[in-house]
Amino acid sequence: MDRILIVGAGQGGFQAAASLRQEGFAGEIVLFGEEPGLPYQRPPLSKAYMADGDADRLLLKPASFYERSTITYRPEVRIGAIDRAAREVVTAAGERLGYDHLILATGARNFRPPIPGQEADGVLELRTLADAVRIRARLAETRHAIVIGGGFIGLEFAAMARAAGVGVTVLEAAPRLMGRALSPAMSEFFLAAHREMGTEVLLGAAARRIEAEGGKVSGVDTADVRVVPGDLVLIATGIRPNVELAEAAGLHVDNGIVVDESLLTSDPAISALGDAASFPLPEGGRARLESVQAAVDHARHIAKRLLRGESAPYAAVPWFWSDQGKLKLQIAGLGTAADESQDVPQPEGAKMVLLYRQGRLIAAETVNAPGQHMAARRLIGAPRSALEAAGYDLKAALRQGAA
Amino acid sequence: MKITYIAADGTETEVNAREGDSVMQAAIANDIDGIIGECGGSMMCATCHCYVDDAWVEKTGPQHDGESDMLDCAASEVKPTSRLSCQIKLTEELDGLVVHLPEAQI
Repeated sequence: MDRILIVGAGQGGFQAAASLRQEGFAGEIVLFGEEPGLPYQRPPLSKAYMADGDADRLLLKPASFYERSTITYRPEVRIGAIDRAAREVVTAAGERLGYDHLILATGARNFRPPIPGQEADGVLELRTLADAVRIRARLAETRHAIVIGGGFIGLEFAAMARAAGVGVTVLEAAPRLMGRALSPAMSEFFLAAHREMGTEVLLGAAARRIEAEGGKVSGVDTADVRVVPGDLVLIATGIRPNVELAEAAGLHVDNGIVVDESLLTSDPAISALGDAASFPLPEGGRARLESVQAAVDHARHIAKRLLRGESAPYAAVPWFWSDQGKLKLQIAGLGTAADESQDVPQPEGAKMVLLYRQGRLIAAETVNAPGQHMAARRLIGAPRSALEAAGYDLKAALRQGAA
Repeated sequence: MKITYIAADGTETEVNAREGDSVMQAAIANDIDGIIGECGGSMMCATCHCYVDDAWVEKTGPQHDGESDMLDCAASEVKPTSRLSCQIKLTEELDGLVVHLPEAQI
């Protein structure tokens, strides 16, 4: 293998390049990214970056890393097509570059629901550093921000804006916050916490139209005919995986680029990872995860397969986090298929919800309980009886050999 | 300000660090191998594990809340001087700090 190309320079694409070198790949690595600048971390954009505005701290590695690792990083290049027959990618500018293996780390883009009025000045979204720079500059002169979408990004922004003294209204169309990712008990906990922070949270409130005065946003008209006034609107209504490149190349796509248990696409010369990849779960079914953990673990798995010929199926336990004000939400496992949920009493300021399927732990949601979270990562799959024997203290259960 | 990172094989690297950064951030900014910092300092991983040099333990202070829980999952041996380097903020009095890096972070 002489040349591996990576399309997408988010955390997964970057990690693929770094891991290929760590695993001893001696050939050429070219990492293509559409954004300017060096690859950076996205999670702090809605948190630490908003507070300190320090973009240097976001970099995954400094320029010297790419030089000494002989990774050719090509920013601001969009790949327009994959010529699978010739094993070449074609840039939007028409340049062709051959590959022995191709890794698609194309990530995702924000989903913009068809709400009229989005062209108004002050309607923003958050995904890239450029978005964060705009938001940060704008926030300094904002009196009241309206967040459309009560998911992780919207609520992280809301907590940060409140801490900065800005008024916030969150509009969530569904009956509860973060409903796609969290148990009802945890949604309830965060609803109370955000209201405590002084954020107005409206549930079942769909945005019908963004209102503007003189070209500047002035509020959001909700479906229940109440207009919420505000001078900044953040649209945070989820993402869509970037699958078009793969789809146009004839790869199998279904809610993401479909890969097998070794993270190969329907073309054995092409792997896919991260937010864009739909991969099989060890317990059955498929998932497409929007997380740093999946992007990074996928990348490492692909590098090991390519360099060491390891054929073990991908089976890393998923984990997620979201920092909202003083609340550190941590999730281990995937709880969406739960048939039972258990709210386990915790010390003041903490919270833990355990999720089971057929009597086995499939996920643990915790707030301000890092020890429980770390233990949970190793206890996924454990029978409830083993946790019960430890009084549902996961650290104790782990010590008692429940895993 | 200066920080010295001593790799598991004994290689010493002295870097210029910015006050206010964490020991993890200074390592990343200066391209130090041996500190990963996968979660970016959110205390979600234990891939920025370091051992504070004995001479500096008092100045860097004790582990923060939750740090020992994360260190339980570190890839290398946890010692009394173990810290998550993302939780050590560089202040003026840490100028000259020496930290040792573990053999593995994952």
